[in-house]
Amino acid sequence: MTESITVEGLSKRYEIGALRQETQLRDQLVHLLRAPFRRRAPKEAIWALRDVTFNVQQGEVVGIIGRNGAGKSTLLKILSKITYPTSGRVRAHGRVAALLEVGAGFHEELTGRENIFLNGSIMGMKKKEVDAKFDAIVEFSGVERFIDTPIKRYSSGMRSRLGFAVAAHLDPDVLVVDEVLAVGDAAFQKKCINAMHELRGGGRTVLFVSHNMAAVENLCSRGIWIANGSVRLDGPTHSVIEAYMASFSSSTGAARELGAADARRGGGEIRYTRVEFLSGDGKSQSVIRAGKSVVIRLHYRANEPIERPNFGISIVSELGTVVTHTTTWLHGLDIPLVPTGEGHVDLEIDSLNLLPGRYLVSLLLNSCLSQHTYDLLENPVHLDVEEAPIYGSTRHIDSRYGLVFFPQRWRLEGIGSRTVIDLSSAAHG
Amino acid sequence: MGEWTSEIWRCREILYFLAWRDVKVRYKQAALGVAWAVLQPLFTMTVFTFFFGRLAGIPSEGVPYPLFSYSALVLWTYFSVTLSQVGNSLVSNSSLITKIYFPRVLLPAAAAFGGLLDLVVSSAFLVGMLLYYHVTPRWTVLLTPIFVGQSVLLVMGVGMLLAALNVRYRDVKYTIPFLIQIGLFVTPIIYPVSFLPQRFQGWLALNPMTGVIQGFRTCLFGGRVDWEIIACSWVVTLALLLVGGLHFRSTERVFADIV
Repeated sequence: MTESITVEGLSKRYEIGALRQETQLRDQLVHLLRAPFRRRAPKEAIWALRDVTFNVQQGEVVGIIGRNGAGKSTLLKILSKITYPTSGRVRAHGRVAALLEVGAGFHEELTGRENIFLNGSIMGMKKKEVDAKFDAIVEFSGVERFIDTPIKRYSSGMRSRLGFAVAAHLDPDVLVVDEVLAVGDAAFQKKCINAMHELRGGGRTVLFVSHNMAAVENLCSRGIWIANGSVRLDGPTHSVIEAYMASFSSSTGAARELGAADARRGGGEIRYTRVEFLSGDGKSQSVIRAGKSVVIRLHYRANEPIERPNFGISIVSELGTVVTHTTTWLHGLDIPLVPTGEGHVDLEIDSLNLLPGRYLVSLLLNSCLSQHTYDLLENPVHLDVEEAPIYGSTRHIDSRYGLVFFPQRWRLEGIGSRTVIDLSSAAHG
Repeated sequence: MGEWTSEIWRCREILYFLAWRDVKVRYKQAALGVAWAVLQPLFTMTVFTFFFGRLAGIPSEGVPYPLFSYSALVLWTYFSVTLSQVGNSLVSNSSLITKIYFPRVLLPAAAAFGGLLDLVVSSAFLVGMLLYYHVTPRWTVLLTPIFVGQSVLLVMGVGMLLAALNVRYRDVKYTIPFLIQIGLFVTPIIYPVSFLPQRFQGWLALNPMTGVIQGFRTCLFGGRVDWEIIACSWVVTLALLLVGGLHFRSTERVFADIV
């Protein structure tokens, strides 16, 4: 295995002042007149990247993850030579193709055909190459009928497909991809993923930035997590993603204090004090991945001994649909007495079968002996569910597809055709 | 510098496609299309002939005034139209600069070369005018490409400087039309160099376009070759090319960050 990309001590500083103040000559002139001999005050600077070092072997498919503003895009821009590092260096072997935006460089007034030549050329193809691959590009894009129409009349989907089609035929040694799978319809996404798989099979090095953890998990053999401009973790994709997701938790942020909740009713003999969402390893989470286990811990404080209480919780969609309501009483549990003081009850969910999105949680504490309500809070906290490859595919599965999902599989033997392609197994293999 | 030029040579096809794009897009959805390349200098010539040739009686060194002014306007139109395109080439292609890497100098270069098509079209009309006025061009007409080439170099030199400055200081966008307007008067387009008093002629020679237009006219119509003006013009052109190129080179790394 040979090294394909070497990144050494890469840092990039942006001077905020340069963007904000000096874009007009006037300001500099004014400064010059006011204080001709004084040097300018040092500008405010931010480090988008700080001392980033890693190597990528030829043929590796590396996923780069991190929150918005962590420095991922800056890293890609430096790798693709669009911008230059403040210090450190990058060496890449062979032709590097960067796909920071599908169809970058397209001109609205030109036809699809003209744009293929223009875009292909700017991305680094020789005219001969474009000539040779032209038919394949058009076929891949699926816009044959409109190839001589100016692309200003294209839909955004068609434009993206044409852009990716050109990029997929660049035949680079190193491909740098930023969030392009987020575009296009399902059929086209499949094509893109297949194209990237072909790249992987062909020994190409791929660097892939995405917020779609499912796609990263399925495509990449290695993950690099960038946080605050530095490499936080570098290793097998799965463990990097797990660590990244776990980072959303924090000791204070994830536990929701309920003291000041307004919409609170009930007698107040016993009150909920806070809610925590705990992952399998007992860490507090603010975001939970779809399909993972979770423990919802309800903290309370009893101001007096409470006989036979009933602890309950509802999970409600953002539009107010009750997804589920569960209480200790419904489970047939009988709690003879809760002593004065603080404590907690845990609701363990083996698999949180909620589709990604935001949910609201309501809490109930009442008496099994009477109709008396001790505490009732409507939607004091929310529960964020994050995308995960719940069906083992790289599809975006989000709130458009409902609220919940069930353990399930499709059986296609009945079709009696060999042409069915299981993309999820292809993706894993 | 050597690495720079070899990279540009490697990417010459991009230059071709960018220039081709500029040309292709320029007259899309324009009913008169490429005829605009002739109409602009033609209308200007008509106005100049009426006001300056007829009313003001400005001399034209024995050449019919329309021919005298049109021959200069062919080059001046190329220079002024292209200069504003070159000067804005980086800012108007900011989406390319921030998304794809290629040698940045190809953008101003493509604008400079793309403008040559218009020049060819308006020059064809100039040939028609020579025939109309029964002016037989002498062999020196074969030397005109030297001055066309010089105006390309000049557009590139000044254009690279302005384009790079424009990335950081948008003031440049407002300066360019102003510069061009002034340039029209301090270049011998409306009048011959000899029209000015002797003591101003030296100053006029510092404007490199003076030599370009003077040389171009001499190639077409003959007359005394003013070597001093031509030499001065080449020195200034090459100096501007050097300054523009060096400034462009030293700032191109930050284009994507601040454009």
